[in-house]
Amino acid sequence: MNETYTANSMSMAFSARSENEAFARIAVAAFISQLDPTLDELNDLKTVISEAVTNAIIHGYDSNPERMVKIEATIQDETVHLVVSDEGNGIEDLELARQPLYTSKPELERSGMGFTIMENFMDRFEVTSEPGRGTRVEMTKRIESKKALFN
Amino acid sequence: MSLQVELEHQRNVLIVRLKGELDHHTADIVRFRMEDAIMRGTVDHVVLSMRDLNFMDSSGLGVILGRYKQLKAKGGKMAVCDVNKNVYRLLELSGLFKILAVHDNERSALTSLEVVS
Repeated sequence: MNETYTANSMSMAFSARSENEAFARIAVAAFISQLDPTLDELNDLKTVISEAVTNAIIHGYDSNPERMVKIEATIQDETVHLVVSDEGNGIEDLELARQPLYTSKPELERSGMGFTIMENFMDRFEVTSEPGRGTRVEMTKRIESKKALFN
Repeated sequence: MSLQVELEHQRNVLIVRLKGELDHHTADIVRFRMEDAIMRGTVDHVVLSMRDLNFMDSSGLGVILGRYKQLKAKGGKMAVCDVNKNVYRLLELSGLFKILAVHDNERSALTSLEVVS
């Protein structure tokens, strides 16, 4: 089987409403499921999507439902590449924001663990942000596809 | 795809059973239901029972930490039980096991809290 494998992509945008967090997790999980991931891998991907989307809604857009959160997902061979972006407030101090347990909104009972979880659950994690322009989180994870065993 | 919160009082212990998905959207339900029950005064300790919790992210950690602080201010303790592998990993990563006792099931969690009360 020598078919050339070009990347498979999808993108979606949705209102910055908290009820869309579950939708985003399920949509990305459904797209990734073609790689036949384990339940643990799927859970990791759902968790990081949930974290990035929640950040975009709460911190990027101050929960303004008129704004849009964007997700792009690409499958290249066994690797999943995810981009979650917003055009919202941006982050003033990325170093500080990435500290475990740091949160800019303690009154909302945020745990400050979002970036730490994304870093831990993915193989590669990168966040870029510009105050007043928005935030972009890029993450990559290789899926130890069960399919690979049969090739 | 939402969250159900089931509350049960056993003497001075509040058992909170979480079913479904705990994220930013559903965290407020947990917060308000638990806050209300703890404020009523008959509750000294809390057992968070997570057998049917299918998903949790850092918003769940936030609401657990918030209730822990609320209980601690009253001199109470919190325990968790029936924690699945993925939730366990989050609790471990965030250091919450330093303040929460983890048990296999509700019965052993209850027994441990009755000893301290």
